[in-house]
Amino acid sequence: MSNTYFEILRSGINTTTQDKGRDHMYHLGITVSGAIDQRNYKLSNKLVNNSLSEAVIEFAYQGPLLKLKEGKIIFCITGNILFKIIRKNLSIEDGICYKSYILESEDQIDIISTKNTVYGYLSVKGGFELEKVWNSYSTNTKANIGPNNGKKYSIEDKIFIKNSDLQKIKEKKINYKQVPDNIIRVIKGTNFNFFSTKTQNTFFKQKFLVTKIGDRMGIRLSGNKLENTVSTNIKSEGIVRGVIQVPADGNPIIMLSDHGTIGGYPKIGVIISADLDRVGQLTPGSIINFKEVSLEEAQNIFKAYTDETNKYLNECN
Amino acid sequence: MIKNISNLGDSAVYCDFGSDVNEKINLLVISYFNSLSKLVKENKINGINNITPSYNKLIISFDLSVTNYSEIRKIILDLNVDVEINNDHKKIKIPVCCEDEFGLDFNRLSDKTKLSKKEILELYLNEEYFCYMTGFIAGMPFLGDINKDIRCERLETPRVKVPKGSVGITEQFVNIYTFESPGGWNIIGNTPQKVFDSSNLDEPALIKPGDKVNFYQISKKDYLNWNE
Repeated sequence: MSNTYFEILRSGINTTTQDKGRDHMYHLGITVSGAIDQRNYKLSNKLVNNSLSEAVIEFAYQGPLLKLKEGKIIFCITGNILFKIIRKNLSIEDGICYKSYILESEDQIDIISTKNTVYGYLSVKGGFELEKVWNSYSTNTKANIGPNNGKKYSIEDKIFIKNSDLQKIKEKKINYKQVPDNIIRVIKGTNFNFFSTKTQNTFFKQKFLVTKIGDRMGIRLSGNKLENTVSTNIKSEGIVRGVIQVPADGNPIIMLSDHGTIGGYPKIGVIISADLDRVGQLTPGSIINFKEVSLEEAQNIFKAYTDETNKYLNECN
Repeated sequence: MIKNISNLGDSAVYCDFGSDVNEKINLLVISYFNSLSKLVKENKINGINNITPSYNKLIISFDLSVTNYSEIRKIILDLNVDVEINNDHKKIKIPVCCEDEFGLDFNRLSDKTKLSKKEILELYLNEEYFCYMTGFIAGMPFLGDINKDIRCERLETPRVKVPKGSVGITEQFVNIYTFESPGGWNIIGNTPQKVFDSSNLDEPALIKPGDKVNFYQISKKDYLNWNE
């Protein structure tokens, strides 16, 4: 057991631990959870020399204010994040993302906000001292599953950090920038033909607004009403990340990591795997377009996405 | 058998067993689920992340960096499925308190069905229910079929918060809200029984697909003093 921990002086809006996600539990109603932006979760671990499966802290919009107690660590923040490091002697440094830093006892990290994105990630070398629940460090606050009793972190909570060898440490930095792109690629869904010819023709042409109603479960969009001519309900069936459901009001909902495992609304499309990180980072007020791709194209785009992720991961070495 | 197999996005296979909802089709879905799960547990298939059975569909989601649609599709087509007829599924008894404090929608149900609360309860309690699937929220069982005379649509405006433990009915189905959650089912009672227990790592969900469930009525006093 380590003595080193973060004391939470401000919790932030939705601060949880996450990892790749929790598999093999959908049939019990337990959803996958996991980091919304999987690439940034991996990069944050790699930049502090962790295995990619260590837990990281995910925060949304306003992040936490953390004070390090009893030890010395290396940490890194990924995403597009405004943060400051407040040293014990009260000198303040502007933080740089994708760069690892040494933090001493009584130093603070103030994660002020995300910039034009929703989520960011904080990793520490060696990882956090947490118990896995069903083989995952991911937190699902709706079902209270995961570390910290499945709850988001609150003020005065302590997050313990594993002991780690800091002897041969080297601060690392890569140049990575998320390129904003509001074209989201989609494969037609299993109920695409439930919709009117007009809707089928315009779905990939019209613009959609990302509304304020969004969280780790899903994001609601609004736009020209999608006309369902068959049935606004289906017999409830499984859901996966990226499914675009259309309830009776004709406005689509994109399902993210904490989605319900089954649902009864028609599926007009499914976002391709390579675009899920970007979709999760869309802020309210964004205007997006869907672009149709074939399964084969989606597989090729995923290959390119994976190659690019690996390229940045290699730069962390 | 499976009527059609297609892709759901780039990382899931969608097996369609038709549009009917009945025990026979659902048991077939569960048989496919069990056969595939066994292969996954024995590490005979790589890359499958989740298998989700529902009334008449089975969705297999996979890691696209490990496998792909055509590989998983082929595995499903080649699968040797033991169709379960008599199996080891459990019989479970669930206590439910239907006093007015918990049975929120009896007025609405009486309006729609022209039956009294007593008559509705008799028809509801008199049935053994089959668990078609578990999901939406952790451990929530979808049970059926309820008597034709007490079938009713969802609420026009769903509740923002349905209390934990609520027992709801809609169409031919009954379910139990394992967590406080939004929902539009007609609430007829509440159970003190833990239907989902995340501290039970091996068997967190009390009711699993294929299980049989009976409800029995308890008083508010028994409800408040319930001790598992």
